[in-house]
Amino acid sequence: MNRYSRHIALREIGRAGQDRLAKARVLVVGAGGLGCPVLQYLTAAGIGALGIVDPDIIEESNLQRQILFGTATLGQNKALAAQKRLTDLNPNIDIRAYPERVTPRNALAFCSDWDVVVDGTDNLASRYLINDASLITGKPLVYAAVYKFEGQLAVFNYRNGPSYRCLYPVPPRAAAVPDCSESGVLGVLPGLMGVMQANEVLKSILNLGTVLSGKVLFYNALSAKVTTVTLHRSEVEIDKVLANRDAFQHDSAGLYGGRPVDEISVESAFRKRGAQWIDIREMGERPRVKKPAVTRIPFSQLMGRIDEIDSQREKIIFCQTGARSQKAITLLSQRPYFDNCYSVKGGAWAISAYEKRRGDERA
Amino acid sequence: MDVNIEYFGMLSEITRCSEETISLSQNRVSDLRALLLRKYPALEQVDFQLAQNGEIRSEETGISHRNLALLPPFSGG
Repeated sequence: MNRYSRHIALREIGRAGQDRLAKARVLVVGAGGLGCPVLQYLTAAGIGALGIVDPDIIEESNLQRQILFGTATLGQNKALAAQKRLTDLNPNIDIRAYPERVTPRNALAFCSDWDVVVDGTDNLASRYLINDASLITGKPLVYAAVYKFEGQLAVFNYRNGPSYRCLYPVPPRAAAVPDCSESGVLGVLPGLMGVMQANEVLKSILNLGTVLSGKVLFYNALSAKVTTVTLHRSEVEIDKVLANRDAFQHDSAGLYGGRPVDEISVESAFRKRGAQWIDIREMGERPRVKKPAVTRIPFSQLMGRIDEIDSQREKIIFCQTGARSQKAITLLSQRPYFDNCYSVKGGAWAISAYEKRRGDERA
Repeated sequence: MDVNIEYFGMLSEITRCSEETISLSQNRVSDLRALLLRKYPALEQVDFQLAQNGEIRSEETGISHRNLALLPPFSGG
């Protein structure tokens, strides 16, 4: 037990507390800027079982803040790469990787299996989904979110405390909340917020101090100002979620905006083997791409020519800038077997720039 | 009544300040929203929650404190 001697030395934790941690099961959804520090500290602390859910692959632009990854793990799945790194940090605990997305279909099963759920996702549809699933299954949700230089932290659904829906009852219009890739984020900010999440997880398991329930903490990294506001439980908002319990798995109410579109960088797209590339631009759109064997189906004809798309293979879909390809994937995902599509970030412009870069390197 | 309003996240980018004092002639939350929208039309694009004296009560319709904070959702992770 030498590994945990500094914990055990604390009268407030001791051997009994360390045993409690060893029996705890924590699910971390999203192994990104928030999830990495959460996972790192919970692994080091000796949490008995950790689940890591993330369908994304590691890209170079992640390394500025996602501290479990490095150059050698570029292109690998985040959940699997994190599992490997964390097993080295602490081989005595049970670490499970789920390289998949949390969806209305699997969210309740995920949450039921664990004692505490940590929200480390990067989009609002997933945040509402995880909040509602943890509320329905009665699991505390340790939440954080970041924007540029500012972060939010709270523990929701803890011992009948308020829920994320009591703070923001309905998802805002998608355009109203930019994500990190659009707006940028200070690298240490998700680090700070994630470490605070790990702290709330430990407190809730150890019954230590005051868990941040019924409050939301706002942190501003530029002014070093912390603002804590009190949040009340809204029975109306909570009842709406609980009343939707049966419809949840089908998302028949469309509460979660359907399934988010999987985006892929050009570099990662070119690394995928055996995928079908589909150009959905209308005839004559620029720039031209050199890549051979691209299926051309203009967006306007997409659903009529769906039989030209191979349902068995992964599909890499692009348009001029990456907007229409997302719409196309949303359309395709309503058909069975069309859930393995990726939208190329930056579209044909990014592809042609990449081809030019690669050509220059060879010349 | 003069109220002090703190702006968080993308709201402070729209208002170009982290806080300011505004004079209210009516004390309903809807009046405050209307006044802010006239002053900052781009606020239309952003959803936010209102805290009064460090407390959020979503069902509250009146402004009863001088210290207000406008809190937008963050999504990044």
